[in-house]
Amino acid sequence: MTKTKKRPVHLDLRRIRLPINAITSVGHRISGVLMFFLIPFCIYLLDLSLSSPRGFSRAIAILDSLPVKGILFIAIWGLVHHILAGLRCIAIDLDRGVEKPTFIRTAYAVLVAAPPVAFVVWVAL
Amino acid sequence: MSGRRAAGLRAWVVQRLSAIYLGLFFVYLIGCFVFAPPASHEAWRSWVAHPYISMALLLFFLSLLLHAWVGVRNVLIDYVKPFGLRLVLLALTGLALIACGAWGLQVVILARIA
Repeated sequence: MTKTKKRPVHLDLRRIRLPINAITSVGHRISGVLMFFLIPFCIYLLDLSLSSPRGFSRAIAILDSLPVKGILFIAIWGLVHHILAGLRCIAIDLDRGVEKPTFIRTAYAVLVAAPPVAFVVWVAL
Repeated sequence: MSGRRAAGLRAWVVQRLSAIYLGLFFVYLIGCFVFAPPASHEAWRSWVAHPYISMALLLFFLSLLLHAWVGVRNVLIDYVKPFGLRLVLLALTGLALIACGAWGLQVVILARIA
């Protein structure tokens, strides 16, 4: 029987440090799953808005209501983060930004840029 | 690229090609809504019914389905370990996406014949 090597097992949250690129990457996944769940609601709104003039004004009223406006901001934030993180992924596939300083800096840029860009889009819509 | 051996590579290519189309289409769509929001139901319907727009929308739905499928599949494979549960969730995801695709197709067709 071989002796099992003793591994450092610590789930002490204060000692686990997620690097910034991991946060950006997890955000890419969370935003993707969130948007997946929003697909049926988007098609519902599209269907409603095209059904009749009454449906059109109803769809606009739904989009203008307070809770939906809040969800819309989170959805746009998710979309912007997802697109920026996706562009970063494609750049890395093309061997751009693979060196550690750039890798960290672009991850940070995606994370920080997404909320203000989303806010501008949200206000403009 | 056929058979199980290339399945991972195929998913990888599909994910990136669909991502490029989705990204471009979203930028275009947001631009349209910001700079020329539809003023009336008729204006909105005829915009959707325009041949180029309805074709672009159908391509968008197709890209979205493929992209969401590969993405959610990867997430399920990473986090759901019990095989049976994973299979059930994958099947539900696939069915839900196909249903959404059929719904979207129907909406675009109805807008065109209206």
